[in-house]
Amino acid sequence: MRQEDFDLLAGVVKQRSGLVLGRDKAYLVESRLMPLVRKWNLKDLEELSAQVRAKRDEKVMAAITEAMTTNETYFFRDLKPFDQFRKVVLPHLLKVRAAKKHIRIWSSACSTGQEAYSLAMILSEEAAKLAGWKVDIIGTDLSTEVVERAKLGIYNQFEVQRGLPVTLLIKYFQQNGDKWQINEKLREMAQFRLMNLLGDWGALGSFDVVFCRNVLIYFEPSTKTGILERISDHLAPDGVLFLGGAEAVLNLTNRFKIVDAHKGLYVPAACPADLWKAA
Amino acid sequence: MPASKTCLLVEDSRVIRKVAATIMEGLGYTCREAENGELAMQECKKAMPDFVLLDWNMQVMNGIDFLKQLRGLPNGKTPKVIFCTTQNEIAHIQEGLAAGADEYIMKPFDSDIIRSKLEMLGLIEESG
Repeated sequence: MRQEDFDLLAGVVKQRSGLVLGRDKAYLVESRLMPLVRKWNLKDLEELSAQVRAKRDEKVMAAITEAMTTNETYFFRDLKPFDQFRKVVLPHLLKVRAAKKHIRIWSSACSTGQEAYSLAMILSEEAAKLAGWKVDIIGTDLSTEVVERAKLGIYNQFEVQRGLPVTLLIKYFQQNGDKWQINEKLREMAQFRLMNLLGDWGALGSFDVVFCRNVLIYFEPSTKTGILERISDHLAPDGVLFLGGAEAVLNLTNRFKIVDAHKGLYVPAACPADLWKAA
Repeated sequence: MPASKTCLLVEDSRVIRKVAATIMEGLGYTCREAENGELAMQECKKAMPDFVLLDWNMQVMNGIDFLKQLRGLPNGKTPKVIFCTTQNEIAHIQEGLAAGADEYIMKPFDSDIIRSKLEMLGLIEESG
């Protein structure tokens, strides 16, 4: 593809999502955008670019951004954060929220909902300890398409076999041919909303746990800092943030610190050090 | 270097055995193959594998009968067994688990699914 077209399309994506596409990502742009070119009966990416240049059509630019930012995910991705949630974070919350009996969890950049529903499954497995509690799981993503898919909770046979133990599949899903839908009870535990991490977060409220994994890696340092600091504004003083395996807060913000005993967990800098020691 | 882990591929399609063998060898396993449950029993009696990938529908002896016999052997509870079959109804999955399967793969599968299921059973390290 032509350099000027790449720069134009990458510019649209960056402005709308914050995703930075280096010039080495031309192949990615081609493979993700060619389906749109075919769908709209255009000749090639040059024609798509010409259209963007001429019209700056909202719908077209939104579709381009969605195509470039939709990332495949799977249930219990990376496993370890979910183990930590179950073994460390949940017992902590059961203690510090014992009076309030209310937990709020945010799955940011939730994509098609696997992270949110993995958490819902863990919470269901621990239902005995949570009797009388209210738990909200909120998933947000900038793509209309994936938010709608997340709400439906319908997955194909490949998706339900990556990361998901078969015992949980038969316990929490209903089968319809080769599609599997997460059951109604779990769907009621999770809400999904359209929200751009770079835009207005609206009435998001305060959370006890935030999952923001494998999102920051795509952003420039200043954008990462901005998002991390806004997350800290929405995180309870004794709450916890999960980042992806290749992500950290070092040199980006001093609002969070690492929990020494539990690698991968980040807590507000003012959080007393002994709060997590016993956990 | 420690001896590599062993796996037994029980599957009547030669093509699928080859596909599975390529994936498993890529994950560091040494593979043996059997085209039905009876031949698989003979292989297990010769030497118990660490892992069995098991088809359901096969001539001579099917997968579920093989699994029940295997679990009855003195050291037959040692191998991890994953069904790998086109039988994808919940009733079949439950029957397979009740007979002693550790996991269940619905065909068609790909290398990601096999790797993911092996990780769940602790048979390979997480790829991260």
